[in-house]
Amino acid sequence: MVAVLPSSGQTFQQGGGRRGRRITPYLLLLPGMAWLAVFFLIPLFSLAQTSLMQMRGASPDQGFVNAFNVANYTNSMQQFMAQYLRSFWYSGLATIFALLISYPLAYFIAFKSGRWKNLLLVLVVAPFFASFLIRTYAWRTILADDGWITTTISHLGLLPDNRILATPIAVVAGLTYNFLPFMTLPLYASLDRIDPRLIEAASDLYAKAFTGFRKVTFPLSLPGVVAGTLLTFIPAAGDYINAQLLGALQNKMIGNVIQSEFIDIRDYPTAAALSFVLLATILILVTVYVRRSGTEELL
Amino acid sequence: MSTKEAAPRPSTWHRTSRWIRNHLVVAYGLAALFYLFLPIAVVFAFSFNKPAGRQNSTWNQFSLDAWRNICFDPSMCTAVGLSLRIALIATTIATLLGTLIAFALVRHRFRGRALTNLLIFLPMATPEVVLGSSLLALFLNAGLPLGPVTITIAHIMFCISFVVVTVKARLQGMDPRLEEAAGDLYANERQTFRYVTLPLVAPGIAAAALLSFSLSFDDYIITNFNSGSTLTFPMYIWGAALRGIPPQVNVVGSIMFFGSLAIVLVAQLAGRARRKA
Repeated sequence: MVAVLPSSGQTFQQGGGRRGRRITPYLLLLPGMAWLAVFFLIPLFSLAQTSLMQMRGASPDQGFVNAFNVANYTNSMQQFMAQYLRSFWYSGLATIFALLISYPLAYFIAFKSGRWKNLLLVLVVAPFFASFLIRTYAWRTILADDGWITTTISHLGLLPDNRILATPIAVVAGLTYNFLPFMTLPLYASLDRIDPRLIEAASDLYAKAFTGFRKVTFPLSLPGVVAGTLLTFIPAAGDYINAQLLGALQNKMIGNVIQSEFIDIRDYPTAAALSFVLLATILILVTVYVRRSGTEELL
Repeated sequence: MSTKEAAPRPSTWHRTSRWIRNHLVVAYGLAALFYLFLPIAVVFAFSFNKPAGRQNSTWNQFSLDAWRNICFDPSMCTAVGLSLRIALIATTIATLLGTLIAFALVRHRFRGRALTNLLIFLPMATPEVVLGSSLLALFLNAGLPLGPVTITIAHIMFCISFVVVTVKARLQGMDPRLEEAAGDLYANERQTFRYVTLPLVAPGIAAAALLSFSLSFDDYIITNFNSGSTLTFPMYIWGAALRGIPPQVNVVGSIMFFGSLAIVLVAQLAGRARRKA
């Protein structure tokens, strides 16, 4: 999907014609696809089965029996609607901020960095080799109540509670930061492939700089925008680390609920039902979004 | 942009606006880089802190203790070692399986292409909590004991798709004429693959391996579901957070950061030197 390169279907075959050729692709596919079938598809079916199970007794500890208990879905959605909606709200905001930060950055690297291009690309990715958790804990230190960022902004009277940590701002900021390279890299890849002559042509035809951007550069970078927003939005919607470490109890997302239902409460059917609703929602949103943006070559 | 030179002298207003625009993008880029590096600077700085209490979040005193004595808590170094081993195995297997799939997708026509693409895309569209929890359900049903093996299985699973996508992009960007030329020069298929195709795809495979390695080494969410009582490095950090993260964790984070930076830079320089030669 990140293949911002259009799949022009360069399926040139060498030789060909011999009978053995026909099974070659399947031999190449077999090991990897088998792995995905056993450890991705079957677990999904098993999760679907779990999501319909029924408690054996009065508490989850007594185990579950196979059933067709659709009520798991309605009950869990009723109970956790707030966290569910909040996940999409937070991750949507984070995706927009990531786009606003990444686009000029990717543009800068693709068109203005000259011989520093490779170094800058490395620098953009490098922070993400220092562990996700360590980075998020660092944001906790940076946004702490007595830190300079929080004190400066609250002196300006811009913070209602005089704090950033344990508010939605911190959660969205964490989500934005942690998934940034997933936005920047596809954007860069699609901007870098734009033929500079097209942009020059626009200015030769007396398009103002901004018009040129709006009519030429931006449309040509659209595959990168779509890939980047998807790669940011999907992991952000299911994330619970940022909400856990940077947010308060009332900022919990659906990921937090699924995690605790599975690991702490061990109410597997509820957790499984919530997982399925989350997955289904994401797949529907992705399909609609990709269709509407007209870049179906992404798949 | 440079073709403008031949045109009549642009007006002063035009020049100023262009100057602002050019430098605005640069200023914005630098600001974005500052934002990217702020947490890393904090991680690095606090690796030299001597925490007053258990929490290493307020500056107390400069000290090299954490760097001199990285394995102060032996269980942290065990966890790092385990994470490295898991990442190495998962990367090797995922890169191999993913590269084969990428070759099949780009170089062959076959029935079931769309289905294959879908099955590659789905794991990337599935949130990690769902991947982790569904695998846990499978392992529990199958009675497989949770530990390093189940963690590695999970990591391979979520790395494959990223490898396929990365290698596929590289293969599609390759000029088919290079291989045709090799054929014209009487190279047989094996020679063409060994001396033309492989060197051209290698950067893509290397990038895919690096990506897999960092995804695996860094993974917390999926691992948390499938680790049982096994401690990987991220699991160790999460557990340590309750009693206060020791500055040694910052040391490991800094080493990871500078180490990966060094590896990528050396690879880039080597690539440049080879191109010049």
